Amino acid sequence: MSIPLSWYLILAAALFSIGLFGVLSRKNAIAILLGVELMLNAVNINLVAFWRYLDPAKMAGQVFAIIVFAVAAAEVAVGLALIISVYRRRKTVVADEIDLMKW
Amino acid sequence: MTFLNDPINFIAGWMRGLLTGWGLADGLTTVIIYFIGITVLIVFAMVLDILLVWVERKVVARFQDRLGPNRIGPFGLIQPFADIIKLIIKEDITPSGADKILYNLGPVLAIASVIILWAILPLSSKIFGVDLNVAVLYLVAAGALGTLSIIMGGWASNNKYALLGAFRMVANMISYEIPMVLMLIIPTILADTMSVQGITQAQSGIWFAILSPLALIIFLISAIAELGRSPFDLNEAESEIVAGFHIEYTGMKFGLFYAGELLHAFTFGGFIAVLFFGGYGGFFGLEKIGFFSWLNNPFVQAVVFLTKAMFGYWVIMWIKYSMPRIRIDHMLAFNWKFLTPLALVVLVNTAVLSKILVGLPNWGYVLGMFFSNIVIGLITVEILRAYGRKQREAESKLSPRSA
Amino acid sequence: MTADQIIFLLCTLLILGSALMVVTTRKLIHAALWLVSALFGVAILYAVLQAGFLAVVQVVVYIGAIAILFIFAVMLTRKEMLDKGAQTRSNWWIPALLGLLILTGLVSLIIGQPAFGRTASEIPSGVDTLRNLGIALVSPDSFVLPFEVASVLLLAALVGAVYIASGNKE
Repeated sequence: MSIPLSWYLILAAALFSIGLFGVLSRKNAIAILLGVELMLNAVNINLVAFWRYLDPAKMAGQVFAIIVFAVAAAEVAVGLALIISVYRRRKTVVADEIDLMKW
Repeated sequence: MTFLNDPINFIAGWMRGLLTGWGLADGLTTVIIYFIGITVLIVFAMVLDILLVWVERKVVARFQDRLGPNRIGPFGLIQPFADIIKLIIKEDITPSGADKILYNLGPVLAIASVIILWAILPLSSKIFGVDLNVAVLYLVAAGALGTLSIIMGGWASNNKYALLGAFRMVANMISYEIPMVLMLIIPTILADTMSVQGITQAQSGIWFAILSPLALIIFLISAIAELGRSPFDLNEAESEIVAGFHIEYTGMKFGLFYAGELLHAFTFGGFIAVLFFGGYGGFFGLEKIGFFSWLNNPFVQAVVFLTKAMFGYWVIMWIKYSMPRIRIDHMLAFNWKFLTPLALVVLVNTAVLSKILVGLPNWGYVLGMFFSNIVIGLITVEILRAYGRKQREAESKLSPRSA
Repeated sequence: MTADQIIFLLCTLLILGSALMVVTTRKLIHAALWLVSALFGVAILYAVLQAGFLAVVQVVVYIGAIAILFIFAVMLTRKEMLDKGAQTRSNWWIPALLGLLILTGLVSLIIGQPAFGRTASEIPSGVDTLRNLGIALVSPDSFVLPFEVASVLLLAALVGAVYIASGNKE
């Protein structure tokens, strides 16, 4: 293992920034969720890299990565269900147009 | 270490000596040897695939009281090669509205998702790709890639029948993945490991098919659904959606889907053999007796494994050619209302019993496991019978004449 | 350059290239498929980090479930959008600037810390990380509570998603 830890951290930082750009710049609500997925993965890379480089005998990093998986799955399931439900009522998935609390 | 006892390492060692003798660096030699190993494994799988075409056509012919291919070569053995030549020289069409890259990527991914399974398939104790400690999950991961390939092909074809077929297939695969994963946990619990080598060795005394016959049946059903073969072949359902997700594919691209399906079925036969029938071993302790020690030879083990895998494949074919296709709502209801709850019950039963019975002698453990499964099976059948009776009575009330 | 580093750089190329395509490509189906390729790169990274279990779970959960859900959602909602018109906001340069700012900030922070230049030590032989992970997830003195909470969260999400998407409430 001749890769410095900082390489992983820089990769994760870059992935996080790209995801953030996607979240802020996209119009389509589904595309925004895609960006969120990228950001969650960036966090996961960090967690696993720290687990491997600091103390592989303690499993905290991997356990948290697994919990991030669960949260990501829950987030996508509910998020996409909301988007599809909104699409049924308003015929749009553009995040800007969904700006009323009640229709 | 001789060729007969450890063929892979023998050849690898010989090649390493040869290549380093030519003055190649150590790392490069390793890469080259791995590359050759992977190529040989893929070629073996693909050649087997060609044979499977012949086997499939011959077996279906017998099921349907026909002769099957018998003109070209002895027993029609050359027929699949003629088929391949036909597929290759056919016109290769890409529909004008298709998404070109995805359209061409679909079949490649379809066969790749099957071939990567061969990396973990243990042909014998010495002949295998890699002994992953998460092999059981790897099987599920490869299935995920197969789903992706079908949705790619179905969407990129820009055809409504293809898209419908892809939708059906994905609904099918995602639903039946749940009982399949639950049933994959049972060998994991019983063997205390997820590695296929470990699972095989744990069955040297007794097959898991005997410890948990219900798990075998549920796994077989969900595996058939995962393969998209009849009675779960809603993805291609010729009479409803023409040919499903591969309707637009011609020539060798269609051939890749077809070959992928056959090899997938055979591979699942292999996994059923590994997970429930002891894989290359499982001779009930016979191989420990001196006279039968030849059973430990890797080549004998490979033959045993391929025979068991072929038997699994034959069972899958048997079901395919004997059962009519089921309707999509029935298929989903069958999974969510019947198979998944049953799988959960079986899983909890196995997990609890394997802890309770651990103190008992060996035969008590086996009998306890076996009869708990039988009891669950009987209760299930009773519940189904009561449910069926209630439905029949409700129907006869609605239309008194038919009763 | 060692083999490790070459694999890492190829992975980086795959992940970042795919991620850029995810946030810039116009067809949403393609964006979802580029997400698959980015997530696959991350799975390879986990394998490089000797977290084989996470690598496989990444493929099962992200590619097998999440990406397929995305593709389904895009197909179900694409009638109106049909990938026409601008997919990004007109003032997309503000997020781009923000992303670049955060990136430079984080990178300067990471490079400034000499502790992050360390390389990993070998995992001591005899340590079965998969077994350790399994025990850590269910043993009361480590992570059983977060694990159970996560499972409750998943159940709640399942019920919620079914309720919201079923949509025949009126």
